[in-house]
Amino acid sequence: MTSRSGTQNDDIVAIPLRHPWRWVSAALVVLILGAFVYSLWSSPNVNHSIINEFLFDKRVIGAAGLTVLLTVISMFIGTVLAILLAIMKLSTNPVLRIVSTAYVGFFRGTPLLLQVVFWGYLGIIYPKVEIGIPFTDFLLFSEKTSLVFTSLVAGIIALSLNEAAYAAEIVRAGILSVDSGQTEAAKSLGMSTGYTLRRIVLPQAMRVIIPPMGNEFISMLKNTSLLQVVAVMELYARTSQISSQNLAQVELLVVAGFWYLVMTTVLSWPQSYLEKRYGRGFSAPNQQQRWLRFSSKASA
Amino acid sequence: MTNDLMVDARSIRKHFGSNEVLKGINLQVNRGEVLCLLGPSGSGKSTLLRCINHLETINGGRLYVDGSLMGFREKGDALHEMRPSEIAKQRSHIGMVFQRFNLFPHLTTLENVIEAPIGVSGMSRAAAREKALELLKTVGLADKADAYPSQLSGGQQQRVAIARALAMEPKLMLFDEPTSALDPELVGDVLDVMRKLADSGMTMIVVTHEMGFAREVADRVVFMDQGVVVEEGKPKDVIDKPQNPRTQAFLRSVL
Repeated sequence: MTSRSGTQNDDIVAIPLRHPWRWVSAALVVLILGAFVYSLWSSPNVNHSIINEFLFDKRVIGAAGLTVLLTVISMFIGTVLAILLAIMKLSTNPVLRIVSTAYVGFFRGTPLLLQVVFWGYLGIIYPKVEIGIPFTDFLLFSEKTSLVFTSLVAGIIALSLNEAAYAAEIVRAGILSVDSGQTEAAKSLGMSTGYTLRRIVLPQAMRVIIPPMGNEFISMLKNTSLLQVVAVMELYARTSQISSQNLAQVELLVVAGFWYLVMTTVLSWPQSYLEKRYGRGFSAPNQQQRWLRFSSKASA
Repeated sequence: MTNDLMVDARSIRKHFGSNEVLKGINLQVNRGEVLCLLGPSGSGKSTLLRCINHLETINGGRLYVDGSLMGFREKGDALHEMRPSEIAKQRSHIGMVFQRFNLFPHLTTLENVIEAPIGVSGMSRAAAREKALELLKTVGLADKADAYPSQLSGGQQQRVAIARALAMEPKLMLFDEPTSALDPELVGDVLDVMRKLADSGMTMIVVTHEMGFAREVADRVVFMDQGVVVEEGKPKDVIDKPQNPRTQAFLRSVL
């Protein structure tokens, strides 16, 4: 039996080939990077005490929390809409197909910044929001638009609707990646279309959907910074507000950048868990610890 | 319409665009009968099988399974399409085994077998599990209950697929070239399971190129070519003493 690391007692023991250029190129890259980071860090124009002062400032932490909240909510709504749009696009009903295609075309075809500002201006187009029975005087709900569609709500709508367009294509690609034999087998067992989608097709599609959705999640986290233009006090808006008062622009960019990095790093951890969860039953290629082979030392 | 016929296909026509695949097939299968469909590729035998459980919609004729018209409701002179839920219900009584197994790769062997009994028939999980383990035992895979399909050989996967179909307690089993995708040494195990199933009295329609199996297990063989039934009868007669020149030519090439 070969073990997972793959050596047996009677394996060939060869003298490993030397790779001097690996060491040279690695050293060069580390040197250049180190020099750049050092020059930034030691610049007299960057005030470290300001960075330290604001890195764990309550307002900054709170704004980072709002950024996470905006990301998670918008991502959730966006994904639900995306599944709906993907199913519409794959349906046999031509109207649903066209509507889905047009939706994706529209929301992918205009800048997100434009969409954010548009939803912020909704109150100008519709001054009042009313819920009632059409053609009667019965009103269940009537309120000024600016009170219902606060900048926070407008921001979430903008991000969700935009995300749905991108994610719809990802979900559709995932559904299409599942072999048609799966649907046939499910049908032959008497499963309905909806049941087949939920229990057979989507779980298998997830394997293809998750990696690009991880990308989307990180894009979303960074795109929340666009909500600054409708005065949502997320991380970027808060740090630039602070820097407009103390004029320490670079320092507060470093603070914001630090927290964005922390958040994107932490939020990408669940991805590998999800990939494992939905990769069950699909044999993964044997992942070797590559960096051990860096100096051609055979893994003993 | 209730009689001894499990399948009653009357002048079935099926075409894909201008390509006529079935040109008026008549086929009657009795309860408990094992019927083998033989014929060269492209003769329409797989399509006929797929029409029987309405994976393909027929363009002409009438197809009855256990006395009920498949896929349509007949009111006076008009045929009404059935709702998808009604078609699903009809299909749930017909088991099908595919050439490429089509097991659900994200589910374990056991989960593959219990999925439909729980989700379609509304069986309790415990009861479905108990029954599935029993079925896995009869196909010789009781020890593979927790394995994923990718960890099984082709022959084992096909036997799981048979167990999965049997878990719905079908009254009719359709086999679409069940051993064509298998390595030669794995064919025997699958045929053994099918033989046992035939002995237990299951009504079976088998599309196959395994002449040995057809000769030994089938009650009747039907030879199809170019969308029509060319010859049918006892396996001994059709396989060993074919009358039609087309049957003769085909059998010369496969035997």
